[in-house]
Amino acid sequence: MKVLRKFGIGLIVPIIVVVAYTLWTTSTPNPFFPTPDAIATQFQALWLFDRFLSDVVPSLTNLIVGYALASVFGIAAGLAVGRIKLLRLLVTPLLDFGRSVPAIMLIPPLVLVLGIGDEAKIAIITLGAFFPIVVSTIDGLGQTDPALIDVTRSMQLSRWRELQVAWIPSAAPSIAGGMQTGLQFALVLMVASEMLAAVRGLGYLTMQAQLTFDSASVWAGIVLLAIIGFLANALFVAVRDRVLMWHVAMRAATRSR
Amino acid sequence: MKTTKPVRLSISSLSKTYGHGATANEVLKDINFDVHVGEFVCLVGPSGAGKTTLLRCLTSLMPSTKGDVLLDGQKLAGPSPKISIVFQEYTRSLMPWMTAEKNVALALTNQKLPKAEVKRMSMEALASVGLKGSENRYPWQLSGGMQQRVAIARALITEPEVLVMDEPFASIDAQTRLELEDLTLELQRSRHMTVVLVTHDIDEAVYLSDRIVVLSKNPATVQEIVNVDLGAERDQFTTRESHLFGELRSHILGLIRQSQERARAQA
Repeated sequence: MKVLRKFGIGLIVPIIVVVAYTLWTTSTPNPFFPTPDAIATQFQALWLFDRFLSDVVPSLTNLIVGYALASVFGIAAGLAVGRIKLLRLLVTPLLDFGRSVPAIMLIPPLVLVLGIGDEAKIAIITLGAFFPIVVSTIDGLGQTDPALIDVTRSMQLSRWRELQVAWIPSAAPSIAGGMQTGLQFALVLMVASEMLAAVRGLGYLTMQAQLTFDSASVWAGIVLLAIIGFLANALFVAVRDRVLMWHVAMRAATRSR
Repeated sequence: MKTTKPVRLSISSLSKTYGHGATANEVLKDINFDVHVGEFVCLVGPSGAGKTTLLRCLTSLMPSTKGDVLLDGQKLAGPSPKISIVFQEYTRSLMPWMTAEKNVALALTNQKLPKAEVKRMSMEALASVGLKGSENRYPWQLSGGMQQRVAIARALITEPEVLVMDEPFASIDAQTRLELEDLTLELQRSRHMTVVLVTHDIDEAVYLSDRIVVLSKNPATVQEIVNVDLGAERDQFTTRESHLFGELRSHILGLIRQSQERARAQA
C-alpha cells in the first residue's frame, strides 16, 4: 500500500508534463516539437523491433561489456592502489589528471587508434566508467575504520582474508556510489560515441534523423534512451540494495532511532 | 597463594616513545609486571596516562620501543592466538555486515574447522554470554551491552589463555555495566582464564581484580601494584560495601591524584 502510494505520487508530475506537452503541441503545431502521438508512431516504427535488434542490442552489448570491464578493472586497480602505499604515491597524480579529462574527449583518440567498430566503443565506455569506480574504491578503503583492522590483526587473519572481511565490505557503499556514476558515464559514452563515429546504433540513428530534420525520430530516440537509462539505473539500484542489504537496513535502523 | 601460580604473562622493561628527536614523546617508561595464571589484573591510571598504548604494545598491535612481553616464557613477536582482545568501542569493533554469529565465527578463521563445527561453536559461545536467540541479528540491531557481549563471545571462542580488555564497559550504561562485570568474572573463573583489563573506573578495578597495577602519567610508569584480597567470590552489593573495598578505593584514588598533581607540576 505504502509503495503503491509512493509510486502514485511519483506519477503526478510526469503526467502533468506529458499532458501539458500534448496540449501545447496539438494547439500550436511546431516542426521541432512533434505531438506525442507522432513521436509514439515514430518510436514504434523505428524501435519496435527491427532496429532495436540491429541497432540497440549491439549498443547495449557494448555497454554491458564495457561497464563490466570497467567495474572489474576499476575495483581491482582501486584495491591495489588503495592498499599499497607506494602504488598510491606513484599513480595518484595520474589518476587525478585522468579523471579530470571529460570522458567524451577520449572518443577522438580512441577512434583514431581503434576505428569505429565495437572495440573502440567498448574501450571508450570502459575507460570512461573506470575512473569514477577506481576513485571511489580508493576513497572507500580510506574510510575503513582502523578499529576493525585492530580486530583482524588481533585474529592474525591473512592479508587476503582481511581484505575480504574488513576492507572490501567497508568500502562497498562507496564503490557502489562510484559504480552508479560509472553507469551514467557508460550510457552517455555509448550514445556519444555512436553520434560521433558509427554506422549504426541508437546515437547514430538519432543523429541521422537530426541531419534530415526528422524531429519525431530524434525525440523517439531520446525517449528510448531515457527508458534504457531509467531501467539500467533501476536495475543497478535493485542489485545494489540486495548486495548491500546490511547497509540499507543499518541506515534505516539508525535513522529511526 | 596467588604468587605460587606460574607466570602467564610477563612484561619486562616495556617502553614506548612516539616520534624521534626533539618531538619525541615518551609514553611508557620501563613498565614491569607479571600476571599469573588465572589471575585478574586491572590497569588503572590517570586519564591520558597511556593505558591503551600499553595494551596495544602488550598485545603486539603496536611495536614497543624497548622491552619484551613474554607469554608462558616465550617472547611475543606478533599478535598471538593465545591472546584475545575485547576493544573499548563496541560499535566500531564488530563488523556491521556480519550477523552476531558470523562476527563470532570470524575468530575461528585460522583454525580451518568444518562449517558445521564453526556454527556449533559460535552458537555455543553466544549462548555462554547470554545471547541465545540473537545469533542472526546484526550488531546495529543490538543494544550496546549486547554488542559488547558479542565481542566477548568472539574473544572467548578461541579459548584464549589471556583475555585482554581495553575499557570494555566504559561506554555502557551503569546497570548493564554491573551485569557485564559479573559475566566477565564468571567466565574468567569458569575457564580459569588470565585477564588483563584496562579501566579508568577505580571501583570497577577493585571489584574485578586480584591485583591492580596503578600507572603514573607522563611517561607512564608502574607506580604501585596493589593486592586486592577480597577473595574469589565477589558480589555487587556486599563486596562494594565492605570496609576493605573502601580502603582500597581510597588508596588507589590517592595514588592517582598524586601522579596527576605531579604531572601538573611538571607542566
